Amino acid sequence: MPFYEHVFVARQDATPQAVETLTEEIKGILEANGGKLASQENWGVRTLAYRIKKNRKGHFVLLNIDAPSKAVQEMERLQKINEDILRFMTVRVEAFEEGPSAMMKARDRDERRREFGDRDGGFGGGFGGGRDRDRGDRGDRGDRPPRRDRDEAPRSFEGGAA
Amino acid sequence: MSTPANTATTNPTRRPFFRRRKTDPFTGPQAPKIDYKDVRLLQRFISERGKIVPSRITAVSVKNQRALAKAIKRARFLALLPYVIA
Repeated sequence: MPFYEHVFVARQDATPQAVETLTEEIKGILEANGGKLASQENWGVRTLAYRIKKNRKGHFVLLNIDAPSKAVQEMERLQKINEDILRFMTVRVEAFEEGPSAMMKARDRDERRREFGDRDGGFGGGFGGGRDRDRGDRGDRGDRPPRRDRDEAPRSFEGGAA
Repeated sequence: MSTPANTATTNPTRRPFFRRRKTDPFTGPQAPKIDYKDVRLLQRFISERGKIVPSRITAVSVKNQRALAKAIKRARFLALLPYVIA
């Protein structure tokens, strides 16, 4: 059976228990269709980068699924109907990642940083700062061609007609 | 690109602006893996307005830039990254 990584975002005012039961329901759907849930990861409540159905935050859950496509289709069909689910995405992968995903690692780091009283920057990329908004540095212009020797060739305006 | 030895013969003076060629941040032994879940990493490759930074600035290889763009778009869909920063 193919492997899928599945992330879904639940409404911000759903309780953590509600999200938990939602995950259990999904697990039930998959198992009923001959699949299984390899692992799951709860990212907790995160701020959304933009509003979705008037929500500014959402509960994020990552599921590693090992199931036939039929089961995934059925799961997605029911997720579309469920009003608590704002968004979901399923990506097929060759193999599951081992250990905690990048998201969890980043959060560990964040918590450690916060202890030192570091400020949280939020968005704003590292490149092309200031000036013309998005067209910052045009990059390397390459090298100039080597200069001609001063008395190698006659200058056109000096020569003239004899 | 001409090598330094080559330019020494054609051009006695040093080249006025020589910038070392940057290398692809996603190749090498300790290169990070491009992943839509790694928001921290992806954030370094979007501009202040939220656009994907061209590879000529970031020196990401063509193949990795394609993977990076895909990862950023996935992260956008999940509202982990913004489409635009107003």
